[in-house]
Amino acid sequence: MAAVGSAEAAVRARGVSRPWRFLAGVFLVAALLIGLGVGPVDIGVSAIVESALSHLPFLHVHSPLSSLDEAVLWQIRAPRVVLAAIVGGMLAIAGSSYQGVFHNPLADPYLLGVAAGAGLGATLAIAYGHVGHSGQLLPLSAFVGGLAAVGATYVLGRSAGSVRVVGSFVLAGVTVTLFLTAIQTFVQQQHSNTLRDVYAWILGGFSTANWSQVEVAAPYVALSSIAILLHRRMLDVLSVGDEEATSLGVNVPRLRLVLVIAATAGTAAAVSVSGLIAFVGIIVPHTIRLLVSTSYRAVVPLSFVVGAGFLVLADVLARTIVSPAELPIGVVTAFFGAPFFAVVLRSARTMR
Amino acid sequence: MIELRDLAVRFGNTEAVRDLSLEVVNDEWVMLIGPNGAGKTSVLRALCGLLPFDGVARVDGRDVHTFGRRELARLMAFVPQNPATPSELTVAEYVLLGRTPHLGYLGVDGRRDRKAVANALERLDLLPFAERGLGSLSGGELQRAVLARALAQEAPILLLDEPTTSLDLGRQQQALELIDSLRRDGLTVLSTMHDLTLAGQYADRLVLLDRGTVVAEGSPTEVLSAANLAAYYGASVRIVSDEAGLFVLPTRR
Repeated sequence: MAAVGSAEAAVRARGVSRPWRFLAGVFLVAALLIGLGVGPVDIGVSAIVESALSHLPFLHVHSPLSSLDEAVLWQIRAPRVVLAAIVGGMLAIAGSSYQGVFHNPLADPYLLGVAAGAGLGATLAIAYGHVGHSGQLLPLSAFVGGLAAVGATYVLGRSAGSVRVVGSFVLAGVTVTLFLTAIQTFVQQQHSNTLRDVYAWILGGFSTANWSQVEVAAPYVALSSIAILLHRRMLDVLSVGDEEATSLGVNVPRLRLVLVIAATAGTAAAVSVSGLIAFVGIIVPHTIRLLVSTSYRAVVPLSFVVGAGFLVLADVLARTIVSPAELPIGVVTAFFGAPFFAVVLRSARTMR
Repeated sequence: MIELRDLAVRFGNTEAVRDLSLEVVNDEWVMLIGPNGAGKTSVLRALCGLLPFDGVARVDGRDVHTFGRRELARLMAFVPQNPATPSELTVAEYVLLGRTPHLGYLGVDGRRDRKAVANALERLDLLPFAERGLGSLSGGELQRAVLARALAQEAPILLLDEPTTSLDLGRQQQALELIDSLRRDGLTVLSTMHDLTLAGQYADRLVLLDRGTVVAEGSPTEVLSAANLAAYYGASVRIVSDEAGLFVLPTRR
């Protein structure tokens, strides 16, 4: 019976391996502290912690920071770091869910046309709404554009028939993306004065981050991340294919729809406040697959935590490397992410 | 007990199964045999809810249409001919998927589920493989992992589509012995079978299908006649039988 007992442990072990959980948590906390501390004004870790405690009631801790530093920390850096964290977490967890739903390792959060739709929405807002690359109208129109594009993809993918569902959705996504990108390019051509603003938005970034953007994105990110998190075991079931999942009692079309809606709404919200940030949705889940486990019980929760930390660090680099100017964060994620992933890919091959 | 009455399965204009009636009593092992395209697989897939069908299918007297999806999966475990075995999943993770119909929609596996998995692994001598990736297993081990997943489903009925495909002769016999031994815990098995000699040796009863309907049914000696195999398989065979069982030997015309 000892062997049976150890098999029970083996069943349990992989999804929730403690050391990795701990490591991922440490990574995120470290990234957040670095994000809060690094900048034109350097603020130490203990000062950050004491200042944070001073904002809590009943503790009677006094902040060691001047009122200017307080403002820098809580009105400029904190919203920026929090926004980067929730966007990074959202893109990574959405990527992991798309990869599971579509049985496609290259699926990313933009697969079904969210990026093109959001891009068109943002372009229209900039070209006709004269909003610049800040203001409330821009995120809203990007959000609406993203959701509308995925809606179009869904309708098109369904009409292509139910025989090869997975393939037809991916193809429909490509079609919608190409069509919307054409419109966007046309609008941009007609309003070449807006090129710079549109381009800045497409490359993505958090230079204009503030608490109200966090308030816009956070509810969607929270809801869709929790929904995906609750389905992590179901994503494992999908790995044996539609037919066998059905014979295990799963309503596959409904499951796929729920996961796509959750991942898409969250992605659209993230994109609307950050622009298009490539790479996070692919690289983070795959790094976890290579290092920790391929089971979605591990991939889904760790993707959020690691994706959040990764994007916070990428944002730190984006605003420090060519300071006082800023690099587009998409450049940073790809420039540092690609070589890192290459190393992981190589070492994982020799490890196994 | 499984009861099929006038079952019909259509793919567009072609009828894969028609007017098929069949009964399988509890603890029996019935094998569907027949030439390629006779509709053997379609019968299994219709029964476990993967194909729409006309006619009546009852399990323990209850129409299968009245069962919910999960309820049906708790009643019947289906193993397709070429099951998807994601190479990165460990054996334990894979077998755990068999517990899906016992968990709530968003439920997480508990002690009982892990115990069922451990028992299934033990039953199929897979405990040493629990943490190995499916990609590192041999064909025979993989087949056992698939059976373990079906067993972890704890369904009283097992539907097996060609359970011995891609196994060598020794592994084929081992797999069939294994399935036979599992029946001692009270398992009703309906399977399709390609190899007629093995079918004759392991089945309680054979059902010969041709063009979607039952053309012969009964004990192996009744069904496996040279005349039947000539008529429905277009095969020229000699049937040899001794105390070890029945042998279907192809003869060159």
